[in-house]
Amino acid sequence: MDGAPVGRRVFLGLAAFGVSGIVWGSKAAGLMERLLAPVAVKDGTGLLGLLPTGRFRIYSVVGSLPDRAPSDWRLDVGGLAGAPYTIGYDELLAMPAVELTKDFQCVTGWRVPQVRWKGVRLADVIARAAPQPQATAVSFESFDGAYTESLTLEQARRDDVIVAYELDGKPISSAHGGPVRLYVAPMYGYKSLKWLQRITLDAAPRPGYWEHQGYDVNAWIGRSNGRSDEPA
Amino acid sequence: MPPESPGLSRFDRTERWLHWANATLVGVLVSTGAVLYWGELSSVFGRRALFKEIHVIAGLCLPIPFLLALPGRRGRGLRRDLGVLNRFSPDDFRWLRSRGADPTVRLGKFNPGQKLNAAFVGAALVTMLATGSVLRFFQPFPLAWRTGATFIHDWTALALGLAITGHIGLAVADRDALRGMVSGAVPAWWARRKRPGWYEEVTGEGAGS
Repeated sequence: MDGAPVGRRVFLGLAAFGVSGIVWGSKAAGLMERLLAPVAVKDGTGLLGLLPTGRFRIYSVVGSLPDRAPSDWRLDVGGLAGAPYTIGYDELLAMPAVELTKDFQCVTGWRVPQVRWKGVRLADVIARAAPQPQATAVSFESFDGAYTESLTLEQARRDDVIVAYELDGKPISSAHGGPVRLYVAPMYGYKSLKWLQRITLDAAPRPGYWEHQGYDVNAWIGRSNGRSDEPA
Repeated sequence: MPPESPGLSRFDRTERWLHWANATLVGVLVSTGAVLYWGELSSVFGRRALFKEIHVIAGLCLPIPFLLALPGRRGRGLRRDLGVLNRFSPDDFRWLRSRGADPTVRLGKFNPGQKLNAAFVGAALVTMLATGSVLRFFQPFPLAWRTGATFIHDWTALALGLAITGHIGLAVADRDALRGMVSGAVPAWWARRKRPGWYEEVTGEGAGS
């Protein structure tokens, strides 16, 4: 057969390029997010939202996406507490609100620029339960029945750790962990437990679902899990 | 349109089987992948784990049709056509340079766009299978590989989606060419006009100009 053997070269070259991207792709992804993030914030067309950069990826740990209407949602706060309590969605919204606008950084590499969160400071939610002196940690449970997380009490009292109920000006959808989730700004996304239903004051941190999968308990962005991302 | 003339055999049974088996798997992968990728869709359909399972199984099955179709007597036509897809003639290069406009170009069985598409889609499927496997079986690999595989899997999916859309669009726009992949034969006038080099090769007649 005559002619130049171009087809096979294109095939092998592209396949080698693509497969080797498993190794170099994380650097390229970081570069791409830095280049596109400023454009995406100003993008009025929404077209960039279709591209695989600067967007949320939805992970869940059980079979189906947990779903609970705000009217059925309750939060239990208890454990080593002098005044354990339960509140509903409307009561949570009646508490003093704070807003945070920060990048959301996942430990698997993706980063969503400038996400707007609204909620109640976790410090306020905890203080209302009157923690006992021996309480040094806080653990969280999701109503999906599997997802758990924890923080030290000191971490939990930071101003940038909130019990969130709004994402980008809208109630948090089920896919994003609604109606109420945790948002732990200085740490990787897996610490921001979705579908929050119980907060327990503990004597020591209890490693959660993802930490049992091998992730760090103290998940500071850029200073854990072997990664070097910019802080959010 | 010229009157109906006897057809020319373009793709044999094995080639057509491979095409449609692969198209079915890719169709399942694209639709379940879309559900997994767009969170809004997965909340509509719920059952995310089920879609993930189907996606993974279909992906791991991708090599099977190729492995069944390639070897032995039944794979002869397929192997011959892969050889044709590999070779770029001087006419092919002129076609590429003129973006298909040069009227003196005499195309063989495939135009160079089809050849490049075949090379791209083949490489993209290999890439999707490799990166998808890292995403699914991530435990033994460094965390950065999972990031890299996510990045490549997403962008390759986007490029592959565009290529498939173009492929389907062109096939629907040229029903006679599409018939070659459905029934196996194309009208003789189609071959004479659109693939004159191939027409001469299989009929021994000049295609005219």
